[in-house]
Amino acid sequence: MDLSACDVLVVGGGGAGLRAAIAVAETHPNLRVAVISKVYPMRSHTVSAEGGAAAVIKPGDSLEEHAYDTISGGDWLCDQDAVEAFVREAPAEMLRLEHWGCPWNREPDGSIAVRPFGGMKAQRTWFAADKTGFHMLHTLFQTTLKYDVIQRYDEFFVTKLLVDEGRCQGVVAIELGTGKIHAITAKAVILCTGGCGKVFPFTTNANIKNGDGMALAYRAGAPLKDMEFVQYHPTGLPFTGILITEAARSEGGWLLNKDGYRYLQDYDLGKPEPRPVLRSMELGPRDRLSQAFVKEQEKGRTLEGPYGHYVHLDLRHLGEKLIDKKLPFVRELCLKYVGIDPVKEMIPVRPVVHYMMGGVSTDIDGATPLPGLYAAGEVACVSINGANRLGSNSLPECLVFGARAGKVAAAFAAELKAPSPSVLTQAHDEERRLEEKFRRGRGAKERIATLRAEMHETMEESAGIYRNGPALQKAADKLRSLQERFRHLTLDDHSYTFNTEQTAALELSYMLDVAETIVQSALQRTESRGSHQRTDYPERDDKNFLGHALAYRAEDGPPRIEWVPVTITRWPPGQRVYGR
Amino acid sequence: MPATVALAVARYRPEEEPAPTLQTYEVPFREDWVVLDALNYIKDRLDGSLSFRWSCRMGVCGSCGMKVNGTPVLTCAAFLSEHLPGPIRVEPLDYFPVVRDLVVDLSDFMRKLKKVKPWILREEEKPLAEGEYRQTPDQLDAYKQFSMCINCMLCYSACPIYGLEPSFIGPAAIALAQRYNMDSRDQGARERLEILSGYDGIWQCTFVGECTKVCPKNVDPAGAIQQYKLTSAVHWLKTLLPWGAR
Repeated sequence: MDLSACDVLVVGGGGAGLRAAIAVAETHPNLRVAVISKVYPMRSHTVSAEGGAAAVIKPGDSLEEHAYDTISGGDWLCDQDAVEAFVREAPAEMLRLEHWGCPWNREPDGSIAVRPFGGMKAQRTWFAADKTGFHMLHTLFQTTLKYDVIQRYDEFFVTKLLVDEGRCQGVVAIELGTGKIHAITAKAVILCTGGCGKVFPFTTNANIKNGDGMALAYRAGAPLKDMEFVQYHPTGLPFTGILITEAARSEGGWLLNKDGYRYLQDYDLGKPEPRPVLRSMELGPRDRLSQAFVKEQEKGRTLEGPYGHYVHLDLRHLGEKLIDKKLPFVRELCLKYVGIDPVKEMIPVRPVVHYMMGGVSTDIDGATPLPGLYAAGEVACVSINGANRLGSNSLPECLVFGARAGKVAAAFAAELKAPSPSVLTQAHDEERRLEEKFRRGRGAKERIATLRAEMHETMEESAGIYRNGPALQKAADKLRSLQERFRHLTLDDHSYTFNTEQTAALELSYMLDVAETIVQSALQRTESRGSHQRTDYPERDDKNFLGHALAYRAEDGPPRIEWVPVTITRWPPGQRVYGR
Repeated sequence: MPATVALAVARYRPEEEPAPTLQTYEVPFREDWVVLDALNYIKDRLDGSLSFRWSCRMGVCGSCGMKVNGTPVLTCAAFLSEHLPGPIRVEPLDYFPVVRDLVVDLSDFMRKLKKVKPWILREEEKPLAEGEYRQTPDQLDAYKQFSMCINCMLCYSACPIYGLEPSFIGPAAIALAQRYNMDSRDQGARERLEILSGYDGIWQCTFVGECTKVCPKNVDPAGAIQQYKLTSAVHWLKTLLPWGAR
C-alpha cells in the first residue's frame, strides 16, 4: 500500500472541487491541497451543463428576487439563510470566473449578457452559448494549473473515508492505472463528487455519476438530506437521455403535444404568448413541467415512439441565426444524435432524470456533521434547492459553496496536527476487503449488469415523477434483496491494470446505498412537495413536513430517517404561482 | 440491415500478454447505436474484462476517443451504421502508450498543457468590485473557436509529427495557448511565445492538417499553429530591427 499525506483533500475535480481547491490555495498557500478524481478533471460532469449560471448583475434585478424565485421554486424547502448567502455571493463568484477567462456571452458594449431561465422572474442567467458548464470547467481546470501547490491524483477511485477519533482523516483509493491501493491522509476532506443520476435508467447524467461521495459520507456515518427530491428535466432526447437545454425554451422554444398544442396552458402555468414570458408557460419550473408531461400522457395527447412517449420542442420559429448564435450545441446534438435539424424540424423530448436536490447534509459553510468532512456542489445538500432546483442555480452553487467549503476546510486543517497513526490500520483493513472481494471472489454468480438493470427498473417504477406508498415499499424490499445479492457478485476481470469492471462494481454498491436512501425518504414523506409527488398524499403538508429528511445508515436494514426543520428567515411558506 | 455486426477490438492486458491482439465480438446491430453502445454491450453481456473510458455520451467530456476502422473518433458519436458491414475495428488512439485494451496514457499531454500556461496572464489584476473586463462579441469571436477544445486527443492521434517526434507540443496544446493569446483580457502572449517558438513548439509542424480534419469540435488547431507561426516570424523579424521587439 502506498502512503501519502496532504492537508486538504478534495474528492472530485468538477466545478465545486476545483473552486474549492483554488480557495484553499489562495487563502492558505502554505497548506498542501490535493484533488483526487476518478477521471481527469476536465472529464467531470460539470462539462455537460449547458444553459447557464444565475447571478444578479443587471440593474432592475435584486438579490431578494433571486432568493424569492429560488425559495418558491424549491416549494419552501430551501434553508433561507443558505439561499441568502448564495444569492449574495454568486455575483462575485461569477465575476471571478470572468476574470479567470471564462468566455461569457456579451452585450454589444462588452458587458456580460444574461438570458431568461425557468422559474426566474428576471433575466439573470449568465451563459457561454449553450456550453456554459464546459467553459466553466475548462476555465477552472486551466486556472488550477497555475497553482503549483495544487497536487492532483488523476484517475484514482476513492473506496473509503478514513475516520478516527471522531473526525475524517483521509481516504483509501485505488490508482486505476495500476490497481495499487493508496492511503492518503488529510486533515480535512471535501467531497465534490456530484450527483447520482445513474441510479435511474434514463438520465442526462454521465456514466460517472454514481453517488460516490454520497455513499462514502453515508458509510462514514454522515446523514444524507432530502434524498427523495429527484429532478426530472422536462426535455431530454428519447433513448440517449441527452439534455436539450432549458435555454432552448428561454430563447422562445415551445412545448407542443401531438396536436401541436402548447399544452402547458392547461396546467396552471399561464397563457401562451408568442414571446417567452418570465415565470410562465415554458419558463415554468422543471418539476411542474415534467408533471404536466405525465398528465398529458395520461390524456393520450403525447406522441409514441420506439422509446416511449414524447412531445415536441419546437424551435423552428426562432430562426437559424438565433439558434446558431445562442443554441449551437442544441443544433449539434440534434443533428449528430437524432439526425434532426431544429431549424427545420421539431425535436422529440421527454422528461429525464437530471439532478439530485438531496445530498450529504451540510451547514452553510459546507461542513457535514462529521468533523473534518465537507461537501459542496451536487453531492451536498445545504439546502438551497429545496424540493425543486431552478435551472441555472447549480453552477453558481458549485462556485459559492465550493469556495466556502474550501476556505472553511483550510482554516480547520491549519489548526490541526497530523492524522492519528491508527487510521492506517483502517486503511490496511480496507485494502484487505478490496483484495478479497474483487480478486478472489470467484465462484459467485451475480453479474453487475443484471443487478444494475434490476435497480434501474425498481427506481423507475417507484421513485419517478409520481410515487405511491405501496410501490415505494416494494422498492425498498427489492433494494434490500439486491444488496444481499451484491454480496455474490462475480467479475470476469481479476487484473490490476485499469480494471474498469472492479470500478463498476464499487460504483454499483454506492448506487445501491444511495437508491435505498431515495426510496426510504420518499416512503416516509407522506405529502407532495416540489419534485416529490405522492399520488396517495397529493397535498403539501407544512404542518408535518416543513422539514428535511436525514437518512442515516443503519447497521442492518433500511436507512433510518430523522427530521430537522427548515430554516425560514424572511419568506413564510406561500403558494407557488406561475403564469398569473 | 443486418441483425448483428462484428467488432474486432484491440485487447492488451499487460499482466497476461506481451503484446496487443484483436478479439472479435458479435453484437446486435441497432440503427441508433454508436460504437460505444456496442462496447458497453460487450462489457455488460459478453466480456466484463474489456476496458475503455467513457462518460458523458454526448460528445463533450472527451473521454471516449478511439480509432474506429483506423480513424480517430469519439466512439459516442460514431454510429455502427456508418461502418457497415464490419467487422468494425476498434483500437486505442495512436502515438500514446497503451495502458490496457483501449485505454491510453495521457500524462504526456497533461504535462504539455500546463507548459503552455493556459490561463489568463495579466500584469495587474483589477479588483472584483470594478466588475467585468469588457469584451465585445467580436473580441469574443476572435478566440472562441480555440476555446472549444475538449482535450479528446484525436488530433494528437492523427498527427504524424507527434508520431515521429513525441516531444512536439502538439495541436491541442498550441490551440489552447492561442485561445489565451487571442483573448482581449490576456497579456501573456510574449511569455507563451517563448515556449512555443522553441524547438518542441510550432516550427515542428509541417502543416499536414490532419489535426483539423479529425477534430470533433471544429477547433482548427492547424489554423492556430499557422497563425502562431506568423506571429512568431513577425516577432523574430522585429528583433532584427535596431529598436528591437516591442
